[in-house]
Amino acid sequence: MLEVDIEACTGCKVCEKVCPFGAIVVVPETKKAKVLDNCTLCGTCVNACSFDALSIERKAISEEDLAKFNKVFVWGEWEKKDGKIVIKNVALELLGKGRELADKLGESLAVLLLGKEVEHLAQNLIHHGADIVYLCEHELLEEYSTDGYATVISTVIAAEKPSVVLYGATPNGRDLAPRIAGRLALGLTADCTGLDINENRQLLQTRPAFGGNIMASILSPYTRPQMSSVRPNVFPKPKPDENRTGEIERVDVNLKPLSIRTKIIEEIISHEEGINIEEAQILISVGRGIGSKENFKIVEDLAKEVGGTVSGSRALVDLGWLPHPQQVGQSGKTVAPTLYIAFGISGAIQHLVGMTSSDTIIAVNNDVEAPIFKVADFGIVGNMHEIIPEFIQLLKEYKQKN
Amino acid sequence: MKIVILVKQVPEADKVAVDPETGTLIREGVDSILNPYCEYALDQAAKLKLEFPELNIEITAITMGPPQAKAVLYRCLELGADKGYLLSDRKFAGSDVWATSTALKEGVMHIEPDFDLILAGKQAIDGDTAQVPAETAEQLGVPQITYGVDVKLNGKRVEVKRETEIGYQVLSVRMPALVTMSKGSNIRRIPSMKQVLDSRSKPVETLTAADMNIDEDKIGLKASPTQVDKIFAPPAKTGGEIIEGSDPKVAAKKLLDYLVENKFIKG
Repeated sequence: MLEVDIEACTGCKVCEKVCPFGAIVVVPETKKAKVLDNCTLCGTCVNACSFDALSIERKAISEEDLAKFNKVFVWGEWEKKDGKIVIKNVALELLGKGRELADKLGESLAVLLLGKEVEHLAQNLIHHGADIVYLCEHELLEEYSTDGYATVISTVIAAEKPSVVLYGATPNGRDLAPRIAGRLALGLTADCTGLDINENRQLLQTRPAFGGNIMASILSPYTRPQMSSVRPNVFPKPKPDENRTGEIERVDVNLKPLSIRTKIIEEIISHEEGINIEEAQILISVGRGIGSKENFKIVEDLAKEVGGTVSGSRALVDLGWLPHPQQVGQSGKTVAPTLYIAFGISGAIQHLVGMTSSDTIIAVNNDVEAPIFKVADFGIVGNMHEIIPEFIQLLKEYKQKN
Repeated sequence: MKIVILVKQVPEADKVAVDPETGTLIREGVDSILNPYCEYALDQAAKLKLEFPELNIEITAITMGPPQAKAVLYRCLELGADKGYLLSDRKFAGSDVWATSTALKEGVMHIEPDFDLILAGKQAIDGDTAQVPAETAEQLGVPQITYGVDVKLNGKRVEVKRETEIGYQVLSVRMPALVTMSKGSNIRRIPSMKQVLDSRSKPVETLTAADMNIDEDKIGLKASPTQVDKIFAPPAKTGGEIIEGSDPKVAAKKLLDYLVENKFIKG
């Protein structure tokens, strides 16, 4: 509860001005601050008050207890590509950031590697920065399941007491992490875009809120481990060092068929084999401006000519014109190609948060006011339907000449 | 059969912005709405109710929030829910994912302890965390299926088509279970006049922490493992060169020049 010390309050209205939620007002009659029902206890006003008139009671945990937790954990999520098990890029990206956090804390970095036969992935994880790989192999971990994976990871966390656990914010990561947080009564911050260690050795987790319109930094001061999820392509992948050594620790896994309650009936691959917009170097992205499903043909031709992959905004997925694995944005994927060309995408904030880390952004849109131009390195105001055919023609001529 | 829908009131996210000078939220003219993904979940429940009249499906909408969040419950009643409950108490203030899911769990156990299916939106468009439903499922001890696009009832089991990174998978689980919904074929409907009139006779109840006998230590800020340290505006971006008013041919040439110049197209 946010408390107002009526004696100390001078009615200066600083709190009223700084409150992001309009949840504190100075009552004209009394000239004293009053907390309203929509207060979220974010504490912004407490820091802003020059008269120490505002306070929030927060509980504390002893440093002794906190010190029992050390090691930074990363969930080593893998995927199947052409029938082979390969580590996901996001897991390697987390190892890069995890290494940095572990070094700042003076702790070791460990990977939780679950699966049926996944030992062959371990050395590569060590090369990417891991000190320890907890190898949890079991028949029932062959496919991802909420119950199986949550149970095994919770057990390792409870036994090993890490200070930090990081998950890729993939569909399965976002399915798994809250389950573990719920079980162990832990804090969990989703879709972090920044992770750091503050002066109190706490994990400082930064994430966008309200579709990226504001940023919030979040702490889990009283519980350990501190858990975060991070979207793919947010952190860079570290360079592997083949001389790095580490240990592989095999974990005994006890799972029974009955402990996995969901059964997979069918797997459907809905997009063309090989299309992965998260890994593409050049993305040709289209929005509502495309007008009709038939117009995809020319966009695909363009993508072929420049060696790019087609992606798009949520509007097209909602219309059923584009499969959802090719959707960029808050409710789709986060991408960071070297070149992102946006055709007919206005650039709603939910879209922008999914692509602003691209190295170069080009936008073509007929509305000069479209927000996409604010993030574009190069913009053309014009009709995509007229420009694309001309461009393909010119490009073909250019290729012939050179 | 009893279906519980967990819903959330959200501001229309596009319209929330931060004043770059003061760092405060600009909230004038921002309406509150029922989170679209919750609406898809409700649409799914309403479809199941139509499809299986013999199951006597009863749909209960539950939300946690300030008194004004009642508005989204009325919307739920118009769109097919049979009754609504608002969990509202100053003691819930400052709740993070853990504390929110604790309150929702207690709410479900108080209101509809013998539920068969809980449906929720896959994420809320304001926080986008996608975590509250899964933590609630964990606290209730029931299995979950996230990112559902289609739900089928099959005896005591529920079959869910789920979005994956490469397409879809179909999962089956025995009820009681919790399923979170993405869009799929579900839509945000406009209620008919009859639905609006019918909804007026449906009950909406507000429950406080004390009404549900929730231990005060388990809710609100004190029970929240995560805390907001700071809120700030994202760094402002300025765009690069913009070409305007060109003939399509000229524009296409300039695009090609830019790509060649920056070595995206090699000669």
